[in-house]
Amino acid sequence: MDKTKTILSAQQVSIGYTSKKDAIAIANGINLNLKAGTLTALIGANGIGKSTLLRTLTGIQNPLAGTVFLNNKDLNSYNATQLAQQLSIVLTESLPPSNLTVFELVALGRQPYTNWLGSLSNDDLASVEKALQLTQIEHLSAKKHFEISDGQLQKVLIARALAQDTPLIILDEPSTHLDVLHKVNLLRLLKTLAHDAGKCILYSTHDLDLALQLSDDIIVMTKDNLVHDSSKNLIANKVFDTLFDDPNIVFDESKNGFVVK
Amino acid sequence: MQHAKRNSILFIILGICLLVLFVLNISLGSVKIPLQDVFTSLTGGNASKPAWDYIIVNYRLPKAITAMLVGMGLAMGGLLMQTLFRNPLAGPDVLGLSSGASLGVAVVILGSGILPGIAATFFLSSYSIVLASTAGSFVVLLAVLAVAQRLRDTMAILIIGLMFSSFTGAIVSVLTYFSTAEQLQKYTFWALGSLGNLPWNDIFILFVVTVIGLSLSALCIKPLDALLLGERYAKSLGINFKRTRFVIILATSLLTGCITAFAGPVLFVGLVVPHIAKLLFKTSNHKILFWATLLSGGVLVLLCDIFTQLPGSAFVLPINAITSIIGAPVVVSLLISKRKGIFN
Repeated sequence: MDKTKTILSAQQVSIGYTSKKDAIAIANGINLNLKAGTLTALIGANGIGKSTLLRTLTGIQNPLAGTVFLNNKDLNSYNATQLAQQLSIVLTESLPPSNLTVFELVALGRQPYTNWLGSLSNDDLASVEKALQLTQIEHLSAKKHFEISDGQLQKVLIARALAQDTPLIILDEPSTHLDVLHKVNLLRLLKTLAHDAGKCILYSTHDLDLALQLSDDIIVMTKDNLVHDSSKNLIANKVFDTLFDDPNIVFDESKNGFVVK
Repeated sequence: MQHAKRNSILFIILGICLLVLFVLNISLGSVKIPLQDVFTSLTGGNASKPAWDYIIVNYRLPKAITAMLVGMGLAMGGLLMQTLFRNPLAGPDVLGLSSGASLGVAVVILGSGILPGIAATFFLSSYSIVLASTAGSFVVLLAVLAVAQRLRDTMAILIIGLMFSSFTGAIVSVLTYFSTAEQLQKYTFWALGSLGNLPWNDIFILFVVTVIGLSLSALCIKPLDALLLGERYAKSLGINFKRTRFVIILATSLLTGCITAFAGPVLFVGLVVPHIAKLLFKTSNHKILFWATLLSGGVLVLLCDIFTQLPGSAFVLPINAITSIIGAPVVVSLLISKRKGIFN
């Protein structure tokens, strides 16, 4: 896969909500360029609009202005099945109660490719096996999804997204319920997938220190603007000091994290 | 695979149960007809007594077929509701669909007095009762859905269903107040629930509508599987959620409405059978659950119907009494069981 290929780009996008007549913009003039083979973290304080941005980039809600391009094509011009073959998501919300096994859950990722009954062809089975292998959860495949730990479940959900075989994967705070060890493992896995499988991966997180160490690029969202750069440049430009609206919380380069003055 | 083998054995057992119970259902009753005569009569021959032929063709066979259709249809409605609302306790009766259907029927039966002679006759035909009943359950389902979308808590939907039941129940009470004794009697007998006494014409309508409802459900098998992950994942998998939801609602309303119109509000079947299927097959895969629910539904209602006819007595208990006696304990045990996967 061409690693310099732009998968997702946003041009002069405004995000926000429309309520009755008024459009309430959260952020304006967003320009982004996410390339294949990169792992990008999205960082920002609570309520700054990370979720809204992700919802806009995944086509769940429309931008107030500007256009989101996926593989050089307007996101809005995809139909549901076409979009499902380009973009897969991993969410924070817990799964509804069911008897789904890990294998069945991952296999649901093949739905954009299966017939009206959802029967799995040999190609589909091969994709599912490959996804289980890449995330190293083959040994769990017969377990029910509620019998495994949070860390394992997160891997299963990522495997499901891999089985969907899309160039772009977007994850909403995938590391929220995990301890440091599992957070690190998860980000390593994402980085491997980005670099080896050539995926374009975007995830939102609050763990800045880990994001700095394990992501290729970082998007920092603040009240006034949105900066997309490599970790090194961001630190050099002191972008992180403006992350929180509080002069007492500053970024400490030596610690790769925030300190309270 | 081991699972596949286990599933096929279970399907064969359920299929045999269905056939055996179907024949037993015809054989047992206030007049006991020997199995051999049942077979002869069903295969086109003549039973040893002409009266038996008459009983089988005009009474027992229609009732057995009705029982099977009622079981299959209501159970499928329950399965669709449980997946759509992500709620293990959803079912056509719990969500108030049966009450909605009752309201439709009540309006037709009790309100027919207001209309002049010919219009009233048309009004009371099987077709209009089916239409009114289906419309009633459709309206209630739309209302439940509208409220459900404003609530994150899936359990609150059950309360909403309960409220709709009380509400429609109250309107029915008001209607009964203004109706004649004859209309009231007709409505009361209908409301007790009965699988028997349906003419072949009505069974034909019931059969056609049930088949349409089940076919619509079959179209939803793939989206239903996606919905096991929740609405947002389902959409991200390319599922047209609005269309799927409409088809599910249409199928459930048709099934519940038509069955309730002919057999009365039969309780618990829609709620309990999908759970029996899920426990037996230990899966959430709708390709398997579809058939498992169909077969278990048919088996359960045929069995319940056999129990309504006390052996050696002419009494016939209302079908609702039996389904409730079996259903209520199952629901209570579901609620208190800590088994993950049903409530986690």
